[in-house]
Amino acid sequence: MGSATETFYDVIRRQGITRRSFVKFCNLTAASLGLGPVAATEMARALETKPRIPVIWMHGLECTCCSESFIRSAHPLVKDVVLSMVSLDYDDTLMAAAGHQADEILQETREKYKGGYILAVEGNPPLNEDGMYCIDGGRPFVEKLREMAGDAMAVIAWGACASWGCVQAAKPNPTQAVPIDKVIRDKPIIKVPGCPPIAEVMTGVISYIVTFGKMPELDRQGRPKMFYSQRIHDKCYRRPHFDAGQFVESWDDDSARKGYCLYKVGCKGPTTYNACSTVRWNGGVSFPIQSGHGCIGCSEEGFWDKGSFYDRLTTIRQFGVEATADQIGLAAAGAVVAGVAVHTAATAVKRLTSKHDHHRRNEPHDQQ
Amino acid sequence: MAHDAKMLTGVMDASDDVIVTGPSIYVYEAPVRLWHWGNALCITILAVTGYFIGSPPPTMPGEASGSFLFGYIRFAHFAAGQVLAVAFLARILWAFWGNKYSRQIFYLPVWEKTWWRGVLREARWYLFLEKEPYKYIGHNPLAHTAMFAMFTLFNLGMIITGFALYSEGAGRDSWPAKLFGWVFDIWPNSQDVHTLHHLGMWVIVIFAIIHIYAAVREDIMSRQTMISTMISGERQFRDEREG
Repeated sequence: MGSATETFYDVIRRQGITRRSFVKFCNLTAASLGLGPVAATEMARALETKPRIPVIWMHGLECTCCSESFIRSAHPLVKDVVLSMVSLDYDDTLMAAAGHQADEILQETREKYKGGYILAVEGNPPLNEDGMYCIDGGRPFVEKLREMAGDAMAVIAWGACASWGCVQAAKPNPTQAVPIDKVIRDKPIIKVPGCPPIAEVMTGVISYIVTFGKMPELDRQGRPKMFYSQRIHDKCYRRPHFDAGQFVESWDDDSARKGYCLYKVGCKGPTTYNACSTVRWNGGVSFPIQSGHGCIGCSEEGFWDKGSFYDRLTTIRQFGVEATADQIGLAAAGAVVAGVAVHTAATAVKRLTSKHDHHRRNEPHDQQ
Repeated sequence: MAHDAKMLTGVMDASDDVIVTGPSIYVYEAPVRLWHWGNALCITILAVTGYFIGSPPPTMPGEASGSFLFGYIRFAHFAAGQVLAVAFLARILWAFWGNKYSRQIFYLPVWEKTWWRGVLREARWYLFLEKEPYKYIGHNPLAHTAMFAMFTLFNLGMIITGFALYSEGAGRDSWPAKLFGWVFDIWPNSQDVHTLHHLGMWVIVIFAIIHIYAAVREDIMSRQTMISTMISGERQFRDEREG
């Protein structure tokens, strides 16, 4: 696949797009990203001169839902991303090549574009039994991952698996699956969490890197700020019902029919950072809350281990007992009230039996 | 008569009996008392509104534009929290100006043997193993431990987790996010921070039960004033015996 030396401009011209349209595209993109007119020229120059960035897309322990989401991207269309913007040199799920042929591409890219390709990882490596729970091409996936990350420019962690661990890393995690940042420590990692991430968020992250040749600005947890800096709750169209105190109490009540806030039935929107309430899904058709179900927080760390999807507070498991913070707090407060009552009674008994005379307080006391 | 001279140091009741009262010492200065009662008010508001934030009241009728109940509940919580935080900072500052009792809650004299003995004796007093407690001008060592744990360590923990949660709504570029965003390095999923902050509310409730019980009990049982001391700042002793 030597086509990686072609520029973005070469490819779109070949597809019959005029220079006029290309310049228009650059101006619109610069404007929508809030950049000045100079940026449009810079962007055009970059797309004309820079070779397309080779992308290696690897799969560890995962369910392929990230790929399924990715191929449904509408803005930009995934075909434009895969065929024009980047040079997707390796993706064992999408590519035609298989077996040794496919494996050779990995080595070829690693040598030819040393330090210049992007490694996109879907899924994560299990570490238990020397990584034997995920064998890819006859070798533990974790070995291949380390090898390919070693010469990459940057790493994209697709989905909750690569970012946080997801279901295979949920307790008790028998294969000891870990997020990729536990294995790759010397490369910048862009976390794009979600189970799966939104298609437009995935292609958006790639478009940004291709256009500007650098990483998008990340938050302190390594997620691109442009898609993950606000909670579902902050941009939720049901938010006015939250502020008004109008809540769905059960799934079939009048409030549910009226489309009130799902906070009381455990919506995790207030603790989930993602773009669902703005970008939405399937080309902007809907998102979970719009369909009447609360957010389950799939883009958050350890979302399988935080108790029920329908509770706003983490279920606390200690000594084999499961309880919420309120049950524990109420039980403890009850125990303390009982303790205080007993102590009061004991104090009263002591006071009555020892019969302290108030007037004798100031007199010298005999031996204690 | 000698009667007149005695008037200066004692009080007289209807039957002309002159009773000499114990000495009184100014312990809690005005800023400390103000902080105590301001804190009590803030914590009450915080606990009640905080409970409702976790378990909202029944659904409001009418249009969403017609009510802002949950908004007001959250506003009260945030406002009380910020007052509590500023009061805590002011209280720390006062520790530099105030008398030595104003510094007590900020550290434990773990290097002093007498203090440890005091803790033990005070614990024995609560277990009915001592006939009477010692007298203390400031906090007794056991109360001192409780105050340090609650109002230095725990209070700080609630302020930090509270501002971290507040930063989620205030935005990633807001000052609370810059100052307290590191909390999410420890617990990346903010649901855990919500849970801890919520458990903290129950710790406060339990503390309040014990605190009020102990204050009332010691006001009756001990050899010194308790509740009125936090009102007037004066501590009076009911006898003049040592210890």
